[in-house]
Amino acid sequence: MAELIYSGLTKRFDGTAAPALDAIDARVGEGEFVALLGPSGCGKTTLLRLTAGFEEPTAGTLHMGADMVAGPGRFVPPEDRGVGIVFQSYALWPHMSVAGNVAYPLQVRGLKPADRRARVAEALALTGLTDFADRAPSQLSGGQRQRVALARCLVAEPRAVLLDEPLANLDLALRASMQDAFANFHQRTGATMLYVTHDQGEALALADRIAVMEAGRIRQFAAPEVLYSEPADCFVAGFLGDGAVVSAQAAGPLAGRDLPVVAMGQTLTARARTGAISHLSIRPEDITLLSEGGVRASVLSCTYLGGRFRLRLDTGGEDLVAMSPQRAAPGDHVGLRITAPWAFHDPASPAAPAREPAHA
Amino acid sequence: MIASLTHRNSSRSEGRLLSLLLVPVVLIALGPVVRLLLEGVGVGSGLTGDHLATVLTRDSTRTALIHSLVTAAGGTLISILIGAAFAFLVALTDVRGKAALVFCLMVPMMIPPQITALAWMQVMGPSSVLLRMLGIAPPLGSPQPLHSPGGIILLLGIQHASIVFLTLRAGLRQIPADLVEAARMSGARGLKVWAQIVLPLSLPALGAGAAMAFVTALGNFGIPAMLGIPARYSTLPTLIYQRLVGLGPSVLPEVAVLALIIGVVAILGVLLGRWLLARRSYGLVGLSGQPLSIVLKGGRLPVEIALWAFIAAILVLPLTALLFTSLIPAYGVPLTLDTLTFKAWVEALFVQPVTRRAYVNSLMLATAAAAILMAVSLPLAWLMARRPSRLTRSVDALVDLPYALPGVVLSIACILAFIDLPFTDLTLYGTIWIILAAYLARFLVVMLRPVQASVSQLDPAMEEAAAAAGARLGRRLRTIVLPLAAPAAAAGAILVFLTAVNELTVSALLWSSGTETLGVVIYNLEDSGETVMASALAMSIVVLIVCLMGCVQLAARRLPKGVVPWQS
Repeated sequence: MAELIYSGLTKRFDGTAAPALDAIDARVGEGEFVALLGPSGCGKTTLLRLTAGFEEPTAGTLHMGADMVAGPGRFVPPEDRGVGIVFQSYALWPHMSVAGNVAYPLQVRGLKPADRRARVAEALALTGLTDFADRAPSQLSGGQRQRVALARCLVAEPRAVLLDEPLANLDLALRASMQDAFANFHQRTGATMLYVTHDQGEALALADRIAVMEAGRIRQFAAPEVLYSEPADCFVAGFLGDGAVVSAQAAGPLAGRDLPVVAMGQTLTARARTGAISHLSIRPEDITLLSEGGVRASVLSCTYLGGRFRLRLDTGGEDLVAMSPQRAAPGDHVGLRITAPWAFHDPASPAAPAREPAHA
Repeated sequence: MIASLTHRNSSRSEGRLLSLLLVPVVLIALGPVVRLLLEGVGVGSGLTGDHLATVLTRDSTRTALIHSLVTAAGGTLISILIGAAFAFLVALTDVRGKAALVFCLMVPMMIPPQITALAWMQVMGPSSVLLRMLGIAPPLGSPQPLHSPGGIILLLGIQHASIVFLTLRAGLRQIPADLVEAARMSGARGLKVWAQIVLPLSLPALGAGAAMAFVTALGNFGIPAMLGIPARYSTLPTLIYQRLVGLGPSVLPEVAVLALIIGVVAILGVLLGRWLLARRSYGLVGLSGQPLSIVLKGGRLPVEIALWAFIAAILVLPLTALLFTSLIPAYGVPLTLDTLTFKAWVEALFVQPVTRRAYVNSLMLATAAAAILMAVSLPLAWLMARRPSRLTRSVDALVDLPYALPGVVLSIACILAFIDLPFTDLTLYGTIWIILAAYLARFLVVMLRPVQASVSQLDPAMEEAAAAAGARLGRRLRTIVLPLAAPAAAAGAILVFLTAVNELTVSALLWSSGTETLGVVIYNLEDSGETVMASALAMSIVVLIVCLMGCVQLAARRLPKGVVPWQS
């Protein structure tokens, strides 16, 4: 296992103006589980393929531990990088049995047959595939195929394990159980893992840290709870989790982590790290509905989410999202109190309106 | 800039090494054709303006050109009639036994043309064993009716009907079913839909098929040689053959001009076909499927009987005649239970050194060509799919040329290219190697296309997974790409083998004593009056070919789409 260090890593494809990756600087610690999260076309898969060695960077360097594997004058091809990869399509070789697929990396390395058998048996046991060793990949279900791909990639004891949207082809129920399998696998092997996904639920559930990407850049790279409660900019605040982003101005000096701000014509106390702020991220948990007083708002829409209702509220110019135990009709008037929203500085973006949730 | 160049050089060196493969491919497959073209523009040594003027103004050239165009056009017309009727009936109606019908329609194309000619000559004429058994043979001394332009046209038409059939059927399958459904919603039914929607939409495909049939008929040597030479009716290919065989390599500059003439006409035909096919896909969007499913009801049985009767007439009848001729002791003797003998078969297969040698030569050449092309095609197809460059794309576009050009043109090109190997005193002319080189050039595309289809359907992640597992390019090709593309490669190899065994046109100009191929020997035997032995040899080849076709057919289900040429 090794850490991955990206510095200034840039990739331009021929014939496109904007770089697919724009000067990526990041460090993935040894044994860390990192998710690359972003909308399609954000460069997350390109970053994964550069890490694997399937693409060459245009500029910048990539180190695995102390080795520079890509950089000026040096490019280590995938076969010499010692990384394991699990593809969205699994990429199992249909002409080999399950055991044959898993044994292939060891065969390539020239291991003795006895050692090979022992390591294959171990990998199959770890992924719960012992009984399927002689099956052909075509005789397996999606989840089983995924586990074969995982076993094949871990049998060679790679320096890092790369996963490219591994759950995208599985149905919802299987996804949950495979998430557990990945978490389990990470715990047992302590492998450095890089996990590409566009599903924030997956990323939030699995990763130690998440790199949120957009347009070839990493917008924020932090632990899931930090991304949620302290987003660095409007994109991250809007992309991850539910809630609203509204514009705001500081109304006084920063005192510890508390900052008085003015938003929607009200003075609030926000959490902040700096006094120079431009926006608030207001999560549904930050809003308490009141029958009287507080900020007045009218209900725009009401969606039942099971156990609670999601209300879209209009506060006269700014949309907010709140949760309510009771149904409300569009046009109803409610009062609300906003407690400790997160204030941050992002002059580049206009305030983003409240969105419909990306997933319920 | 320099930094990026150096790190590019240090990586992917194996892929770079593999691209060196393009050098021999380009030299052998495209070199001869380029050499011939250079000859045409006067770069070559022998040709001068004088040659051009002499050849072009000679009467025989003009006559042969006219004969070529007339027979090719007439043959194409017959091919269109047969091919289109079969395509519409098989693709649009509910006749039964479609697979068997298609297979039988394909057999005439896979049988060497000189065998077709030989077989048909056994059906007609005063010496026909079949007619004499039935007692309806014309009186002795009356002419062989097939020794005429009409005979050439008829056989060319039958031989190439399947080209029209295949192109048209592929075109019919691309017609979106919803276009037909829309016509039906507007109230049109059955034949009206066919006439107003299906027929106009399939005309480009029909035109393209006709263009291909025309080019193939233009280059056909076996049929005009067997039927035309005895009647002193020469086409351009037979004129080239007669001059080269009669006068030797000294007439090379002259025949090069003739070859260029056919080459130009053929390329025009190929371009016309491609243009028509490109037009076909234009504007046809929607789900394709069986566009029209006409239920023939009571008419089905008569239609089926008519189709099978036609197959019997163009396939069973001539082959039966050929078989009967091969079983008589001497030409002219009628076939009865008393006269029936396998003498000619034994003679042809086991006794005669020249036929045995031809079998060995043909099988050796076909095997070598199939094996070499299989070894070349896999990395070449991989290179084209995974490392496309301007060079691979131009190779991709041009490898069709040696196959599309008439065989005589390629033969002349090969003679020009290999008669004096550059930088040496060696010559390949007169050796078996020039035939092998010509086969490699001609059949590369037959092997390459199925393998290409198979490689391009492979998920690149399969190879990337192997790379991540530590396998280098060579190993990935051997352990991942090869096994997965193997069925297509095997089918391609059988097709190359089939076409190479069939082949007469190329070897007719390139053979010399000791390097005869089966095609050459059948022609020579018939030419010297050994019709019975020629028939036995021909019949044995037909059996071999049908068996090989059967193998491909049996494997067809397990192959990617587009690999088996008669199953699109």
